[in-house]
Amino acid sequence: MATLTINGERKTFDAPADMPLLWVLRDILGLTGTKFGCGIAQCGACTVHIDGKPVRSCMLPVGAVRDRAVTTIEGVGATPAGAKAQKAWLDLEVIQCGYCQSGQIMSAAALLATTPNPDDSDIDAAMAGNICRCGTYVRIRAAIKQAASQRQS
Amino acid sequence: MTVAQKIFSEVSRRGVLTGGLAGGFLLAFHLPVRAVNEPVQPPDVTAGKFAPNAFIRIDTAGKTTLVMPQVEMGQGVYTSIPMILAEELDADFSQVALLHAPPNDKLYGNPTFGLQVTGNSNSIRAFWMPLRNAGASARAMLVQAAAQQWQVEPASCTTSNGEVTHKESGRKLSYGALADAAGKQTPPKDVPLKDPKDFALIGKPLKRLDTPDKTNGKAVYGIDAMLPGMKFATLAACPVFGGKVGKVDDSAARKIPGVQKIVVLDDLVAVVGDHMWAAKKGLDALAVTWDEGANAKISSKDIWQHLRAASEKDGAVAKSTGDIAKGLATGDRLDASFELPFLAHAAMEPLNATVHLTPDSCEIWTGTQIVSRVQSEAAKAAGLPVEKVIVNNHLLGGGFGRRLEPDMVVAAVRIAKHVDGPVKVVWTREEDIQHDIYRPVYRDTIAATLSEGKIVGWKYRVTGSAILARWLPPAFQKGIDIDAIDAAADMPYDIPNFHVEYVQAEPPAVPTGFWRGVGPNNNVFAVECFMDELARKAGKDPVDFRRSMLGKQPRFLNVLNLAAEKANWGQSLPARVGRGVCVQPSFASFIATVVEAEVDEQGEVLLRRVTSVVDTGIAVNPDTVMAQLEGGLIFGLTAALYGEITIDRGRVQQSNFNDYRMLRIDQVPKIEVHVVKSGEPPGGIGETGVNAGPPALRNAIYAATGVALRRLPIDRAMIAAGKKA
Repeated sequence: MATLTINGERKTFDAPADMPLLWVLRDILGLTGTKFGCGIAQCGACTVHIDGKPVRSCMLPVGAVRDRAVTTIEGVGATPAGAKAQKAWLDLEVIQCGYCQSGQIMSAAALLATTPNPDDSDIDAAMAGNICRCGTYVRIRAAIKQAASQRQS
Repeated sequence: MTVAQKIFSEVSRRGVLTGGLAGGFLLAFHLPVRAVNEPVQPPDVTAGKFAPNAFIRIDTAGKTTLVMPQVEMGQGVYTSIPMILAEELDADFSQVALLHAPPNDKLYGNPTFGLQVTGNSNSIRAFWMPLRNAGASARAMLVQAAAQQWQVEPASCTTSNGEVTHKESGRKLSYGALADAAGKQTPPKDVPLKDPKDFALIGKPLKRLDTPDKTNGKAVYGIDAMLPGMKFATLAACPVFGGKVGKVDDSAARKIPGVQKIVVLDDLVAVVGDHMWAAKKGLDALAVTWDEGANAKISSKDIWQHLRAASEKDGAVAKSTGDIAKGLATGDRLDASFELPFLAHAAMEPLNATVHLTPDSCEIWTGTQIVSRVQSEAAKAAGLPVEKVIVNNHLLGGGFGRRLEPDMVVAAVRIAKHVDGPVKVVWTREEDIQHDIYRPVYRDTIAATLSEGKIVGWKYRVTGSAILARWLPPAFQKGIDIDAIDAAADMPYDIPNFHVEYVQAEPPAVPTGFWRGVGPNNNVFAVECFMDELARKAGKDPVDFRRSMLGKQPRFLNVLNLAAEKANWGQSLPARVGRGVCVQPSFASFIATVVEAEVDEQGEVLLRRVTSVVDTGIAVNPDTVMAQLEGGLIFGLTAALYGEITIDRGRVQQSNFNDYRMLRIDQVPKIEVHVVKSGEPPGGIGETGVNAGPPALRNAIYAATGVALRRLPIDRAMIAAGKKA
C-alpha cells in the first residue's frame, strides 16, 4: 500500500510505483477534476501541484511523489492564489467547454503564487504548456492579470 | 430502480406535456453538475410539479428545472437556452436548475434535423421560437391559475422573477405555490410573446450557468463517469483504415498486474484492467499482427491525385444565374484552385464511453452531440430493443463535430459484451487522432472574369466528400451536398453571371465527417482568398473591391466598414506586415474579420492582431457571442498555421499534440470582437470564427509578401521562396 497527502488529506491506496499520478487520482481515488488529455505532457490538462510547483501528472510516477504535498483542482481553492485564479476565471467568463481549465487554473495558480504581478512574458512562459482547444487564451491572459491585481484576501 | 427510471416515472405520471411524453425518460443530473454515482434526492412524488411542455418543470417549492434539448460543449447553450425560456416565463434566472435531455427525438429533436442534433451553429436559430413559445405558454398558465384564485382578469396580472402579481391589490403568488393549479389549466393557443424591447435577460451578458463547477473540478464529463465495480479499458484499432486483427499474442499482457481481460474483436483489440494504467500497459504489451487489407498502399499522394482528377469533371449544378458562358467570355479571366487538407478534431476530452451491459439492458455514460442516434446505434450493437438502452448524456469536453458520430459508443458496447459489470473505455490521444472521422480534403476551383473593376462571371466548383449523403441521406438530393456548398452558393457579392457546382469525391480509405465550421470552412477560404487575387488584378484595395459588390447587402457592408475602421484598415504598416480581410456569409450571421500578421524571411508567421465585427441579429448572450468568435478564430487560425492529417501506407502519420500542433497562449495576439446591436432574429455563431481566421490570415500574408497561398496549412517554404502569384 502507498500513502499520499492530497489536498491536505492522507490517502492510502494500492497502485504500482510506475503508475502515473494522474491515473491514481482519477481511477483509484475518484478525483476526476484532473483531466487526461494527451498522456505525454504536451497539453497540460493533467496539471497538479507537487509542493506548490506545477507538474504534469500524466508522466509523474506515483512512486516519485513520496511525502511531497499534492494539490489538485479540487483543493487549489484553499490556497490564496488558487482562489484568486478561480474567481478571476468566473469574473471574466474564461471558460467554454472547460475540459482543459483545471490544468489552466493549476498552472495559473502556481504562477501567481511565485510571481504576484506577472507580465506577458511570465504568463507566456507559465501557460504555454497548457492547450485550450476552445481558444480561451485571450481571456486566460486577462484573468491572470485581473487575479494579480486583486489584493490578498 | 435507477435514478433515470425514478425520474421518468415521476414525469410520466404528471403527463401533461403538450407534445406527450413518448416513452422518454429524463435523466442526467442537475447543474451544478455532480458525479453521476452520487446519490440524488429521490423525486418527491407527493408534491405536484407543473410540467407544461418538454422543457419546463416547476415544483411546488418553486424550483424551476429546464430540460436542455441541445448539449453544452463550450458554446454556452446551457446559458442561452435557459435565458430564452426564463425570459418568456419570467422565471428567476438565478435559481434555475438544468437537466440534460434524454434521448427522445419527439420531445427534444432539433427542428432542423428532426433528430437530437447539436451542430451547424443552429441551436439558437432552431429553438428560438419553440423555446419562446414554451416559456410564454407556461407563463400564461401560471397567470391563469393566479387570476382564477384571485377572481380577477388574467390581463390585470403581471409576472417577474417567478411570481405572479395582481397590480391593483398588490397580491402575489409564487410560481411554486401555483404549480398544482397551473397544471390543471389548458395550455393557451397563440400566446403573445414579449416585445424584444421588454427583454430583461436576452441581450444581456449574463454569467454562464455551467462555469462555476468547471473551476473547481466538480463538472462531470463523460470521461469522469465513475460507477461501483467499474473496470477501465483502452483499445487499439487496426492502424490501417479498414484493416482487421490478424494474430494476437497476449502472453506478456496477461502478466501485467491489474490486467483483467484481453478483448479481441475483428477490427480492434482492447485491454480491460483495474485502471487505465493497467489497461494501457497491457495494450502496449500485446503483440498484434494486423491484416492490413486493401488500404495498406494508400498515401496522401494517391488521395490528392484522386481528388484533383475528380475536380476536373463537371459537377451537379447548385446555382446558376445570368449567363455563365457569356460572363466568362467577358473581360480579364483569372483561374485558381484551392486545396484543404484532412483535419482531426482533437477535442481536449479524448473519445470515451462507459457501458454497463446485461442480457436485457444497456446503460451508457458519455458526452454526445447526437444522444438519440447513440441510443439507437448502441441498441443495434447490443442486440437489444431501443427502449432497453439508457443514455446518460454529459457535458462535452469539446465536440467540434467529432461527437456527431456514434462510433466510440458502438465500439465501447462491443467491448462491454465481453466484460461483467460496467466498463469505461477511454481512447488514448494517439487512437483519438489516428481513428478520427476527418474533415474532408476539398478542392475548390474558380474561374472569374473582371470588367471595369468588377466581377462579371464567377464559376465555382467544390469537390469533396458528401458528408450528408452518409450522415443524413434524405438531405442529399440531386447529387448536391448542401453542406459542402454552404457559403459558396449564397456568397454575398453581386455578380451578374454566377455558377456553382458540386462534385462528390469520397477519398480512398479515410472516413470523413463534420468539423467545426462545416461546409463553409472550405468555401469561405476559397472565395475570400480569390477575392483578394481578383482585387489585386483589378488594381483595387481588397476592402473597396468587396464594398463595390455589396451594395445590396447592407448588413455585410456595415460589418465590413466597421471591421475596416476598427482594424485601422489602410493605415501604414511596417515592412513584411500585412492585413487581410474576410467577409463571411454563414449560419445567418454577418461577419467581417481583419487579421494583421507579420511574416519573417523564413516564412514564419506572427499573428499581431485580429478584429472581428459580427451582426448575428439578436445576440442572446453577447458575451458568449464574443467568446465564440474569439475561440473560433483561434480554432481556425490553428488549422491555417498547422492543421494537416497526412496518410502513409493507409495510416495517419500524426499521433498527438507534438505532431498535430495547436496554437498556444504565447502565439495568440490581441483579439477584438465587436457585436453589432440588432433586432433581427438570431443567427448562428459557434462555427463562424473558424471560417473567418484562415482566409483573413492568408490574405494578410498575401498583403505582406505578395505570395498567394492556395493550400492550407500555410506553406512556410513557399512564403520564404517569395514566389509571387
